[in-house]
Amino acid sequence: MASIALSSVTKAYGTHTVIRGVDLQIADGEFVVFVGPSGCGKSTLLRIVAGLVPASSGQVLIDGEDVTDVPASKRGVAFVFQSYALYPHMSVERNIGFALETLRIGKEAIRSKVETVARMLKVDHLLERRPRELSGGQRQRVAIGRALVREPEIFLFDEPLSNLDSDLRMEMRIEIARLHEDIKTTMVYVTHDQAEAMTLADRIVVLNQGSIEQVGTPLELYQAPANRFVAGFIGSPRMNFGPVPLGAEAGGFSLPDDLVAHHTSPGSRQPASIGIRPEALSLVAPDAGRMSGVLERVEDLGHEHFAYIRLADQSIWVVRVAGRPPFERRNQPVGLSFADADIFVFDSEGKRMAHRATVPQAGREASEGGLVHER
Amino acid sequence: MSAKLARREHRTAWLFLAPLVLVMLTVAVWPLGRTVFFSFTDAYLDDPTVYGLVGISNFIEVINDPAWWSAVRNTLTFAVLSVGIETLLGLGIALLLNEAIPGRGLLRAAILVPWAIPVVVATKIWEWMLNDQFGVFNRILISLGLIDHGIAWTASSSLIMGVVIFIDVWMTTPFMVLLILAGLQTIPGEMMEAAEVDGIPAWKRFWSITLPLLKPAIGVAVLFRSLDAIRMFDLAYVLAASNQNVMTVSIYARDRLISFQELGVGSAASTWVFLLVALVAIILIGVLRLDRSTGD
Amino acid sequence: MAPGALVTSPVRIKRRSSAHYRMRRQIRRGGLGILILLVLAYTLFPYYWAIVSSTKQGAELYTTAFLPALNFGYYRQLFDNPVFMGSLVNSVFVATGTTVVSLALGIISAYALGRLDFPQKRIVLMAILMISIFPQVAVLSGMFELINALGLYNRPSALIVTYLLSTVPFTTWILTTFIREFPRELEEAALIDGCSHFRILTRILLPLMGPSLASTGILAFILAWNEFLFALTFMLTDENKTVPVAIGLIGGTTRYEYPFGQIMAASVTVTLPLIIVVLIFQRRIVAGLTAGAVKG
Repeated sequence: MASIALSSVTKAYGTHTVIRGVDLQIADGEFVVFVGPSGCGKSTLLRIVAGLVPASSGQVLIDGEDVTDVPASKRGVAFVFQSYALYPHMSVERNIGFALETLRIGKEAIRSKVETVARMLKVDHLLERRPRELSGGQRQRVAIGRALVREPEIFLFDEPLSNLDSDLRMEMRIEIARLHEDIKTTMVYVTHDQAEAMTLADRIVVLNQGSIEQVGTPLELYQAPANRFVAGFIGSPRMNFGPVPLGAEAGGFSLPDDLVAHHTSPGSRQPASIGIRPEALSLVAPDAGRMSGVLERVEDLGHEHFAYIRLADQSIWVVRVAGRPPFERRNQPVGLSFADADIFVFDSEGKRMAHRATVPQAGREASEGGLVHER
Repeated sequence: MSAKLARREHRTAWLFLAPLVLVMLTVAVWPLGRTVFFSFTDAYLDDPTVYGLVGISNFIEVINDPAWWSAVRNTLTFAVLSVGIETLLGLGIALLLNEAIPGRGLLRAAILVPWAIPVVVATKIWEWMLNDQFGVFNRILISLGLIDHGIAWTASSSLIMGVVIFIDVWMTTPFMVLLILAGLQTIPGEMMEAAEVDGIPAWKRFWSITLPLLKPAIGVAVLFRSLDAIRMFDLAYVLAASNQNVMTVSIYARDRLISFQELGVGSAASTWVFLLVALVAIILIGVLRLDRSTGD
Repeated sequence: MAPGALVTSPVRIKRRSSAHYRMRRQIRRGGLGILILLVLAYTLFPYYWAIVSSTKQGAELYTTAFLPALNFGYYRQLFDNPVFMGSLVNSVFVATGTTVVSLALGIISAYALGRLDFPQKRIVLMAILMISIFPQVAVLSGMFELINALGLYNRPSALIVTYLLSTVPFTTWILTTFIREFPRELEEAALIDGCSHFRILTRILLPLMGPSLASTGILAFILAWNEFLFALTFMLTDENKTVPVAIGLIGGTTRYEYPFGQIMAASVTVTLPLIIVVLIFQRRIVAGLTAGAVKG
């Protein structure tokens, strides 16, 4: 087991910079997930930790030891690939035990280790098969087994579940979570799927264009995003954004006076935009809400509904409604209501202004509590 | 698809293939058949219309000729050694070209130069470079103090086979490199990375992963090159047409046929060459199949 | 799952200092760089030396100066030599003719083999492959008779006929693999609209196949340009010979009076255009070569 530290790590291919000065501490035994849109550099960062990609500058430390120039084969990490990367010409047994062959620990020892791991991952009945005779889920288990059998100090996962269909993905997600509880090895996990990130991570690292936007627990990111990017990236459907003030043409909403006063007091920073999560909005009669718009479309998922509201400035906001929607006809005027506490305010650079905790929290627990359970 | 539609497609297919079939019958099947036919006659080239059937005596005459067996020996020595060296060298260069290092693009282009040069030209260039008195090769060896006076590479009967193999390796290694490189590029990068992260040493990665996965590509390359090497004619002919030490079966057969005008015996020798190539092809394909069934 | 079941003898990895690995990586990079340079020298030096030698006149030729003297006397002699220029014309004529005919035959056959369904497809493909490994010498007597029967003996156009033996199977094979790589949707739409197969080939596929035809054509051209055995056998008089034969047969009165300067000039002349074209179409040529072999 080991801790990981990255300090001012950068990576550039020619003039194209992929990673821009990343600093990050990962504690021993922690489960950290890198998320971000495609091309944000999350996989590259993981490969830098593994030693598969050399950093252009900066340092990588494992257990406090500088390993920046240590090749991947000497870092003592295990890596699970999206493509599984199994050896097609070897049986499952040899695939799992291959790395042990170089350790001179004897055939018997290798066999018993392979069998233990195979039993843990429920692939012990497949040991004689070749990878191409396995299903996607089985291949993924073998790939994890191959990593596990070495008892590495660090586990790295690069989008391991994205080639599986959704049922299997859910199942493997639970197994990976249980694996981490059992062996308590440091794990770093890259994904673009926020459900995986929210459910697996002790801490999430949100990356965007090669830089860290925010590091925090899943709930911190949801409740107190550092900026507009994180606020928009975490949560589904994504947060609704609007300019400040929204003004009459956008539905007549303006920031409550006390919020404005609170936010403008520090000095030069002015509120530039606001955001409200779809689950914090509710649909009301056209004149009863704080904003108004026209119901453009309703998506019925059975247990909940997404209502798309076109505001006066033509932007579309999403409202997430549990159960039956109150309005069903299209092109009907509706009102939107929400609590002051659910308003996120961002400055002109997109940074969120004021900590959420300073705003009264009444009425928030219910909506978010429900959300966390659903995930 | 209905049976009628399918039949119409078969007809169209054969209509499209008709020119190919016609041409192949004319330039491949017919000439081969005539060669086999002439093998059983005592015809001479100056007037092939006059002949008598002589049974298999031509075939026997060929295999009773020590020159034929020396040609067979030369051909097989040449094929085994040159294909063997090419394979090893080609594998090495392909692995080098697969590394992400500066100069690789340049080398990948440069490797095509020996491949594109006609055999005759390449032979002449090496003949000049290996010239005993003025060849740059001897000059360099002398200036390095390795030898005192120029070696007659192409005139010495003990060295000439080595020279032929050397020139052939220079010309045909690029083909090996390209085929093996294409094979290397089908090996997924993530798989090699997985082995690297797992702490597998480089030699074991090569021996247990790269090589087994390259087997089909190497097999095909070896097959093509071996069949090419067995019918080799131009290189040895241009370098030393009359030298017994590098006379190949193709040169032997052509000599009997054209130089000695013995249409019957020459055709019999040609037929033997054909059977030799077919035999080697069958053996090699068998070996490759065997690998494939046990290999994966 | 049994927690801790594995923690029996954790695998400890001996790690050295970062600086140690940094140095090792630099040494490795340096070593690979040197290897690249060596292989570059090996592949390019002979042709470079031919260029250098071709511009050295008289006694200069026998010195080991590594820079070209830029004296183009041999080239002027060469271009003033009607026999050599004649063989150049013959070679261009033969190679171009062969390429055109084999491409035309190849594309029509490749359409049937790559796109149409018929029961004997595998057999046809096997037959094509078998013909492509025919030793030329095995058809020599039959071909001789065929050429005579067509009245083409000692005429360059005879070579076009004989070269089809090796180029047509080759172009058919490569174009078949290329055609299979094109998406079928294009033609399926046309088929539904009632297009005939011939129209699909000429109007839809052909315009898309420019690059494939170019690379296949270059390969066929090189094959025909470099051929030696048939050209040597079927062309009797000097004015009908192709370039490889002309170069192969240049000789002096004795071995020591070999006109190496002229041979080098001729060698460079007939290969330089080829090499330039090959380097320009580098990627496509490699694709064609490997497409033809990897599927074998």
